[in-house]
Amino acid sequence: MKRIKRKPKVTVPPKYILLGMTVVCVGTIFLSLTLNLSGGPLSAVAGYVFVPMQRGINSVGTFLSEKADNLKNLNDVMQKNEELQAQVDELTQELNTIKLEQYDLENYRALLELDEKYPSYEKVAANVIGKDSGNWFNTFIIDKGSKDGIEKDMNVLAGSGLVGIVTEVAPNYAKVRSIIDDTSSVSGMDLSTSDNCIVHGSLQKMNENQEIEFSDLKDSDNQVQAGDQVVTSYISDKYLQGILIGYIKDIQTDSNNLTKSGTITPVVDFEHIQEVLVILDKKADVSAENAGEQQ
Amino acid sequence: MPENNSNKGYFMKRKVTVSIIIIICFLLQTTVFQALSFASIGPNLLIVVVSAFGFMRGKKEGMFIGFFSGLLVDLFFGNILGFHALLYMYIGYGNGFFSSVFFPDDIKLPMLLISASDLFYNLCIYFFLFLFRKRFAFFYYFLHVMIPELVYTLLITILLYYIILKLNQWLEKSEKRSETKFV
Repeated sequence: MKRIKRKPKVTVPPKYILLGMTVVCVGTIFLSLTLNLSGGPLSAVAGYVFVPMQRGINSVGTFLSEKADNLKNLNDVMQKNEELQAQVDELTQELNTIKLEQYDLENYRALLELDEKYPSYEKVAANVIGKDSGNWFNTFIIDKGSKDGIEKDMNVLAGSGLVGIVTEVAPNYAKVRSIIDDTSSVSGMDLSTSDNCIVHGSLQKMNENQEIEFSDLKDSDNQVQAGDQVVTSYISDKYLQGILIGYIKDIQTDSNNLTKSGTITPVVDFEHIQEVLVILDKKADVSAENAGEQQ
Repeated sequence: MPENNSNKGYFMKRKVTVSIIIIICFLLQTTVFQALSFASIGPNLLIVVVSAFGFMRGKKEGMFIGFFSGLLVDLFFGNILGFHALLYMYIGYGNGFFSSVFFPDDIKLPMLLISASDLFYNLCIYFFLFLFRKRFAFFYYFLHVMIPELVYTLLITILLYYIILKLNQWLEKSEKRSETKFV
């Protein structure tokens, strides 16, 4: 580089540079397709430069939008408060009866020596600091990385629903592919009938009605209905079992008359995710542990 | 010798300024403009930067600016390292062909080139990353992704283009000044 600068008369025609750099790019494309190579040290360096700035912009943005929202929502909130107060009274009564039932249930559980149905996973909270620069894909980056114990293939939640999966990790940030991304597919299960299906994101469906698609649902008894909960299934090797994905909206029989497909309304509001929870237990580790226990 | 040093000086000045522009645009594009997106469509600021420097400064500089902008996108959001770098690099290089017919006062050609670049970029992404996964509804994607992005990008261009133009003129002026100083 320095030589070129000192002797500006020696210039390589741009087309040869273009050719050389094309070869470099094609090379890295092949490498990343075959070896699953990601930026590596380059990503780490870029992370140290950009993540603090993105975090800064985001915290300013969140602060401002919160202030604006506060003013806008004040009236709504006051009205809602009254409604909710009435509801609280109603629910307190209900709660009391439920508490009694819960007490009974606990007794029964103790009798049956049942473990907790869903193991409580260890989670870490992270902020979304940047979203995909284009409009084709739905990936975003969070401000926690391998330094915080995050690894590839960890599941990401927001609220109670599944957001996506960590696809790449650098020391101080991680890349998450959401389940509404066009390339994402998750093995799902209808909670009421335990039938399995494949849930995949669709840019078109998401743009039109904020929905994702499911397919290959085998439901020979015609039990699955709109409104059923869909959770991650036990089949998947990356997604932990029993995380809520969404509710079935439409369902129709495929032309082969064997399987059904349709759309799901996800529970997570993907337009406004700011904070996510990353589950630090991976499916591979969890199933290995279970296998160990059984032996 | 002093001439060489000053050469280095303003080369550095240009490099630093352009890097800052790229960084700011990338940051805005991934944070602020994703929050300000209409119907989940945001503008593409980097394409404006790459295209503008392409036709203002020529093939070589457009190519390098495109390469580094694309690399940034690849590192943070791409699944395939080098894909966006390649795409942006060709856009920068292609815009360089028009540097001979570019006049700063005329905004028609920049607008045309930037929209063509944006359309080319999105068509490539559709072709390579969507069509090969059996997403055949081209007209849907054309009407609901490419055209809205184009319109939004052009709106931003009107502002961003003048900022880039003024910065470039300022850089060229300071380069010329330091050239004449030592003649």
